Amino acid sequence: MDKHISSQFDAELTGVSSRVLELGGLVESQTRHAVYALAQFSSEVADQVVATERQVNALEVEIDAELASIIARRQPTARDLRLLMAISKITGNLERAGDEAERIARMVKLILEQGSPRNLPSSELRVAADLATGLLRKALDAFARLDVNTALVILKEDDLIDAEFNGFVRKLVTYMMEDPRTISASLDLLFVAKAIERIGDHAKNIAEFVIYVVKGADVRHTALTEIEKAVQ
Amino acid sequence: MPDKTPTQNALEVRNLDFYYGKFKGLKNVNLNIAEHRVTAFIGPSGCGKSTLLRTLNRMYSLYPGQRAEGEINFYGQNILDKGQDLNLLRAQIGMVFQKPTPFPMSIYDNIAFGVRLYENLSRSDMDERVESALTKAAIWNEVKDKLGQSGLSLSGGQQQRLCIARTVAVKPKVILLDEPTSALDPISTAKVEELVSELKKEYTVAIVTHNMQQAARVSDFTAYMYLGELVEFGQTEQIFMKPAKQETEDYITGRFG
Repeated sequence: MDKHISSQFDAELTGVSSRVLELGGLVESQTRHAVYALAQFSSEVADQVVATERQVNALEVEIDAELASIIARRQPTARDLRLLMAISKITGNLERAGDEAERIARMVKLILEQGSPRNLPSSELRVAADLATGLLRKALDAFARLDVNTALVILKEDDLIDAEFNGFVRKLVTYMMEDPRTISASLDLLFVAKAIERIGDHAKNIAEFVIYVVKGADVRHTALTEIEKAVQ
Repeated sequence: MPDKTPTQNALEVRNLDFYYGKFKGLKNVNLNIAEHRVTAFIGPSGCGKSTLLRTLNRMYSLYPGQRAEGEINFYGQNILDKGQDLNLLRAQIGMVFQKPTPFPMSIYDNIAFGVRLYENLSRSDMDERVESALTKAAIWNEVKDKLGQSGLSLSGGQQQRLCIARTVAVKPKVILLDEPTSALDPISTAKVEELVSELKKEYTVAIVTHNMQQAARVSDFTAYMYLGELVEFGQTEQIFMKPAKQETEDYITGRFG
């Protein structure tokens, strides 16, 4: 990102990139806390997650304003333009991952308030949840280092989350069939599972934009084999 | 948006070398200039972009000690061949310069002067030609009530469009623009850029510009030149979004030097 004739331009690009990582850090901790709240049925931690949402939203708006300002004043091209486009998209994905974390936290609170049975398989969400948080961390790491190989790994691992999600849904269906009293709580858990799966999707989207910045190839909606060809 | 649909080539430059005396200003340049498209040449000062433009209608032949080797095929005919009628060539491949160069005569005669060299038109035909050229150069409405006034009485931006009208009046096939807006204010620049998009419907346009964003805005194809060599040539969109060569990327993103 460095070595522009205008060092001020370098500073602006570095500045906005580090804001994205700041946002990423917030969302990552939001996600981790949401998963913790779910595992421990902790209302306080769930409250924290909900409270962080405001910071996340404010930061998203600030980053967009910085982007608009840089584009208006610098007329960026090529890799610089791709970076700024990607940042705009990555910011949106991070904010929405944050929304999903908030959704999980709110569900945890709802489950607690309703005094729903805790014998549901919520702990089995752990695997998918850990995968999703790990993926988000890796995506931020890939962005920070503009590392295409890590981005590729993320694209592959997102499939694991999807598989976990599908398995979990099948399990919930079994519970619901065995004991219809669990239907309401099972549906709540289904929303949680879906939120976790979405966080994985957002991490995957971020990874795709890392590839776009570095390679200039738009690999959204593209099969993995095609992507691997495109980045070679 | 840039126009990507292919057209036939108006000009084909092949293995072109250019010499200012002993100094080699262009080194083995190869590229095609597509008909009814705008081709832009960008690069740092001294890279050879103006030199290349000046070979395309043999403007350099006015200067002793300058010579070109290779081929420039203009609809199949090598214009570097000996025995070319250079005046006729320059009517077919017209040029507009950095600084507006109106003749010290009336606005009407600025246009009619060139036409009279090649054609013998009746008064009414000439009136029509002058109006049509000034209209194509998007300046008719501003000058139609003062055609008898001196061309020098116009503003810089108007003078430049008058020069474009003068080029258009002799019905060229190709129009070469050598930094046509570098002496103009932003409004006049915008008008000339707007005009370039209109001109390509009837003519083939090649433009040299120091303003990279201008190349990005007006051209369909862009050539990046450095030290007399053509570094990269491609669709404007590709050059500005994803250049193939690192040197091109460094230049257009402002990392040059």
